[in-house]
Amino acid sequence: MFATKAASLLLRRSAASSSSSVAAVAFLRNGFANGNVRSMSSNVGTFDLTGSFETYGLDTAPKNSVEMTKEELLKHFELMYTMRRMEITCDNEYKARAIRGFCHLYDGQEAVATGINAAFEPEDSWITSYRCHCVALARGGTVSSILAELFGNIGGATEGKGGSMHFYNKASNFYGGQGIVGAQVPVGLGLAFANHYNATPGKPMQVAIACYGDGAANQGQIWESANMASLWNLPMIFCIENNHYGMGTSQDRHSSHSDYYKMGNHIPGVRIDGMNVLAVKEGMRFVKEWVGAGNGPMYVEMMTYRYHGHSMSDPGTTYRNREEIALTRSTRDPIELVKRTLIDAGFADAEQIKDIEKVIRKEVAAECKAAKASPKTAIEPHLYEYVFSSNGGKKQNEFPPHIRMPDFAKSKWY
Amino acid sequence: MILRSAAMSSSSSRSALSALLRRNALGRRQRRRHLPAVPLPLPLPLVLRSHSSAAAASSGSAWQPRRLEERRDRPRDCDYDHDHDRDRRPPIADEPDYDTLGPTSRLNLFTAINSAMRTAMRTDPSAIVFGEDVGFGGVFRCSQDLLEEFGRDRVFNTPLSENGIAGMAVGYASAGGTAIAEIQFADYIFPAFDQIVNEMAKFRFRSGNQWNCGGVTLRTPCGAVGHGALYHSQSPEAYLAHTPGIVVVMPRGPRCAKGLLLSSIRSKDPVVFLEPKILYRSAVEEVPDADYEIPLGKAEIVRTGSDVTIVGWGAQLRTLQATCDLAAREGVSCELIDLRTILPWDSECVVSSVRKTGKLIVSHEAPLTCGFGAEVVATLQQECFFHLEAPIQRVCGYDTPFGLVFEQFYLPDEKKNLDAIRRVMDYSK
Repeated sequence: MFATKAASLLLRRSAASSSSSVAAVAFLRNGFANGNVRSMSSNVGTFDLTGSFETYGLDTAPKNSVEMTKEELLKHFELMYTMRRMEITCDNEYKARAIRGFCHLYDGQEAVATGINAAFEPEDSWITSYRCHCVALARGGTVSSILAELFGNIGGATEGKGGSMHFYNKASNFYGGQGIVGAQVPVGLGLAFANHYNATPGKPMQVAIACYGDGAANQGQIWESANMASLWNLPMIFCIENNHYGMGTSQDRHSSHSDYYKMGNHIPGVRIDGMNVLAVKEGMRFVKEWVGAGNGPMYVEMMTYRYHGHSMSDPGTTYRNREEIALTRSTRDPIELVKRTLIDAGFADAEQIKDIEKVIRKEVAAECKAAKASPKTAIEPHLYEYVFSSNGGKKQNEFPPHIRMPDFAKSKWY
Repeated sequence: MILRSAAMSSSSSRSALSALLRRNALGRRQRRRHLPAVPLPLPLPLVLRSHSSAAAASSGSAWQPRRLEERRDRPRDCDYDHDHDRDRRPPIADEPDYDTLGPTSRLNLFTAINSAMRTAMRTDPSAIVFGEDVGFGGVFRCSQDLLEEFGRDRVFNTPLSENGIAGMAVGYASAGGTAIAEIQFADYIFPAFDQIVNEMAKFRFRSGNQWNCGGVTLRTPCGAVGHGALYHSQSPEAYLAHTPGIVVVMPRGPRCAKGLLLSSIRSKDPVVFLEPKILYRSAVEEVPDADYEIPLGKAEIVRTGSDVTIVGWGAQLRTLQATCDLAAREGVSCELIDLRTILPWDSECVVSSVRKTGKLIVSHEAPLTCGFGAEVVATLQQECFFHLEAPIQRVCGYDTPFGLVFEQFYLPDEKKNLDAIRRVMDYSK
């Protein structure tokens, strides 16, 4: 009974079509049924992904199995568990009023960022929405720099200027979290254009991915971008992280069309089980290869779920019931799935996993402490630096006369 | 009447249609008032190339398309070369010395813009030009022949998606490229506003200087054109100037435009470059062929004076030049300042001028309320309170939409400005 209910939660709109509901059940089966390990040696396993993908407008598809080493799977587990602990820490610190303002948590969706990152190279461009703490972590950020940013401290990723919605990493081409719903997609289009423009002929292109949620999927600017990306065959991935709620409105109520991977019309699409990091990695490997080969853009829909509300002002229980969240936690949790896979493959036993968890919990707590110890960002010069360029290095951090300080006398310059 | 005969005698329906459209665009009302001949987008045969119109030739009438060469003979309001007090103007830091820049050509505004983009693209292989219809030169021909020289990879048409154009420019520039994007009319910049205000302007700040999109230059034609009506006449500089992180520039003529556009393209900050469309063809100046840059954020004193300071920007400078001439006949000496860069604006220049004259008039085409003039006035009353000899005057567009038939009534013309000069002079008698 639970399984049926969860399936209908996953794909309410498409439940009518038998293929979709079968696929939804398959997602579940993959999640917690034993026996998704096809074969393994002591350090490498081949994992079954049957039912994890649906394709649209494609004559190829991701493979139904993926090979992964023990080290890699353990690395994914550690990253995902760190993400979970970090988001729980954010929640606690927010409730303790150490973090103020706007804060959007990613717990529940960890497999998406982890899996995409596993399939990508640092040269690939990645831009995402405001729900970006964990993408920043996957793309090379540290827990302390992320938490310090939330605390508004100088040790933060952008020295406390951005807060929750703004993390960036130049070394891994992470163009960050963008505060406006959907606005990252046209920017991602420009990144894809740059990759196309700078590509070496005869070699695969670096791709650009723009992640956005199901709530943003019907924005006009996404259609503008999709049109241009398709028109010019740009290596662009439109990645919809479908957590089934556009803020506090369920997808049934905010979208007339909930097969998001089909929304590109003639642009092909793939729907991926976004709760299974193995499926996300294999799916994105396929998508990156297809897009990087110059076949044009692709739509990707990640079927996922967020445990917290949209933001901290949203308890997350007024538009969905607690049973739904509890059911997802008990049947589809991405971290539980990795744990189970590790055990089934014989890569680790329950005790070892507990030990790893213990270490990570300690590490996150220590990082949080370090982030808190970082001093508050001072007004000068951080208030006005980087509003404009330093004029080609000629006037590094000189007080710009046109920026008015709260105290107008300080703004005088003649 | 003549135009009609050209249309009627044409054997090709296409040229008949184009003549008909042109006739409508250059209606009798405009011709009678001697407004500059800037027709509506579609057919624009009056370009720099030698032009032989089959329609006109076959009609046997006296009418011939006017060539630019012929029109050069007429005196131009925007030709600042005749300025009598060039030597008396205070020097501007980093301003190019036009006397040493080498040979010049007589260019109008759109060819000067073209020259700047061509220069930028020759010196920067990552520079790309894109926008609606830029491939054939765009509605105002600013990107004419760039496609032929630089190829389709670097000069290309986009769909009619302003938000997408601006977003793509931000993305491409963030990845290190130089994006010269065109929004076809400044009135269409509003769909792109989110990208400008939230993405473009803040990228450097919010990423702690890890990323920036300083390579963006968003060009867009603005201002009244004689027949543009509500959606082809607006001047949105004040909306844009409310956004920390972008530079807003508006040139007053071809020579200024080339240097400012080259600075804008090479600037490490994103720039919105507003081009007064009425000047595209009507303003002609000697423009250096050389590659030169005019510093952003610096105003220019266009003529020196001692009685009243007048501040304006863009096409309004032409009106204000005429106003200064009228005032001179009444014995009033005006100091005329072109802001050139709206944000960040050169308050120092204006403040020191007003401390000298004690009187200030700010004039712009955009509506009065919350126009950029309000910012100028607010700063000046604070910084020059004890120097002021008369209330500061704002001579601006009205707080109404830009009605087609009301354009001449709406614009802050020479007479309205002269009236303001008389008011401040009377006040301080």
